[in-house]
Amino acid sequence: MTAISPTDQAAARATFIVAAEARARARLRRRHALVIGLRLAILIVFLGLWELCADFNIIDPFFFSSPSGIWEQIWSWITEGTSQGPLWLQIYVTLEETFLGFVIGALGGIAAGIILGRNKLLADVFSIYIKIANSVPRVVLGSVFIIALGLGMASKVALAVVMVFFVVFANAFQGVREADRAMIANAQILGASPYQITTTVIIPSAMSWILASLHVSFGFALVGAVVGEFLGAKQGMGLLISTAQGAFNANGVFAAMIILAVMALVVEFLITRFENYVVKWRPAPFNEQGT
Amino acid sequence: MQLQTMAAEKLSQAAPPADAAIAIDDVTLRFVTPDGHMMTAIRDFTMTVARGEFACVVGPTGCGKSTTLNLVTGLLRPTTGNVRVMGNPVTEISRDIGFVFQADALFPWRSVIDNVAAGPLYRGTPKGQAYERARDWIARVGLARFEKHYPHQLSGGMRKRVALAQTFINQPKILLMDEPFSALDMQTRTAMQDELLGLWSELKSSVVFVTHDLEEAVALADKVYVLTAGPGTVKSVYRIDLPRPRVMADIRYDQKFIEIAKVIWNDLREEVQLGQSRGLQTGH
Repeated sequence: MTAISPTDQAAARATFIVAAEARARARLRRRHALVIGLRLAILIVFLGLWELCADFNIIDPFFFSSPSGIWEQIWSWITEGTSQGPLWLQIYVTLEETFLGFVIGALGGIAAGIILGRNKLLADVFSIYIKIANSVPRVVLGSVFIIALGLGMASKVALAVVMVFFVVFANAFQGVREADRAMIANAQILGASPYQITTTVIIPSAMSWILASLHVSFGFALVGAVVGEFLGAKQGMGLLISTAQGAFNANGVFAAMIILAVMALVVEFLITRFENYVVKWRPAPFNEQGT
Repeated sequence: MQLQTMAAEKLSQAAPPADAAIAIDDVTLRFVTPDGHMMTAIRDFTMTVARGEFACVVGPTGCGKSTTLNLVTGLLRPTTGNVRVMGNPVTEISRDIGFVFQADALFPWRSVIDNVAAGPLYRGTPKGQAYERARDWIARVGLARFEKHYPHQLSGGMRKRVALAQTFINQPKILLMDEPFSALDMQTRTAMQDELLGLWSELKSSVVFVTHDLEEAVALADKVYVLTAGPGTVKSVYRIDLPRPRVMADIRYDQKFIEIAKVIWNDLREEVQLGQSRGLQTGH
């Protein structure tokens, strides 16, 4: 019987661990590749079926378009411009309206949420009116804004603002209300004034709620701007859709829809980056996408 | 008197002297619940803490232990009776007070050093000076390597150390503690109790330490207040004459300590049983 020296044992254990880790990493890589591959496969099958159905007239491409038709439409908009000027200008106009509406609505919502969240009396008095205002279908206000503010940018921005305001307000208000009692008492006893409590305890703790609402509300701002353009405008993606609809150009409607979706995804990505930067104190969230 | 030979002297309650650090004189606190009922949290409550004295408050669950602390901070006002801190009636939150909470009350979006510097910064100390003092206090609680960490990156015991540094940096003359170590495991708790006694002996604050753990109370305190089942009032007061400095890991095996704990437990037991049977009746 030969004794195994402790150093031999340790070395064996080390090689075993290295090998096990390498296997685990390889497994993770394979799984990641599988997820990406399946995602691509679904996209290709979906577009392929759509294209084939359109080619063989199973669905009528006049009403439901086809991937190649949509792509031709986008390409001609890029190279030749749209009926109302270059495509970039349309995107720019819609984005500008969306951003202005988003920023104004979000800042207003945050301010109102914090003020009402910190003042019980104001909250009790105004809650009923906010509930009423919130239950009005806000898209209808677009007509009012176009009558009052004209076909220019102001009416679209106004519609985007009301779309964004209530979402952000509701979250900011809730965030302020959920601020931890012990934390507030702690700040109070450490010597914080009511103003310091608002800026150093209430706002940071409401921040996760507010940021969550920004994700949703950017989409709402985009809806506000596009619907505003749809109802009456001289420029913008909404007008492009409305023109295409008027000309029974299904390709045009789908093409504009896809451009809007890409815009929304890019901004969503930027907001996520901003969120990670602002709340870097949070524990790393469990990443469900495995990327 | 058998009690005196056992070092747990039962004290009689008198009106508090004028120079006491904390004087709660015959206080009753009632409040109206959200559904409109009158609740009595504590009644005819008298308590005195001399300057530099360490007082513990023990009692059954829901007897108003935490209420006594909030009376001292001024977050709650007595219905009758009066509360004086350092000889002055309590009107607002005093700058002399430090408070360590049961729950985690650190600011999770601030790093350790920003958390500890919060007190001086709130009170208008220049930034450089505040951070210098914060660094000093972080080193004193043994966390010098963790200045830039966020609370979620620390263990429960380390977070409690940060909370102690955050409180002690304001050099409170009055230190109020609401079951601060109840969420910690046994070993960490013992270490934190030693830490607390060390900091306390340097700063010579007057302490009110609320706990449901009688052994913790006897090990730490100069004086133990036993409260009755709610509405709470003082059942008896014991003076603990164990020598200082005390070492938490050893004191619980000390013969004298065990005798004192037994005597006070006999007193506390009926209240705990009463509190529990009541809790079962009302479903709390």
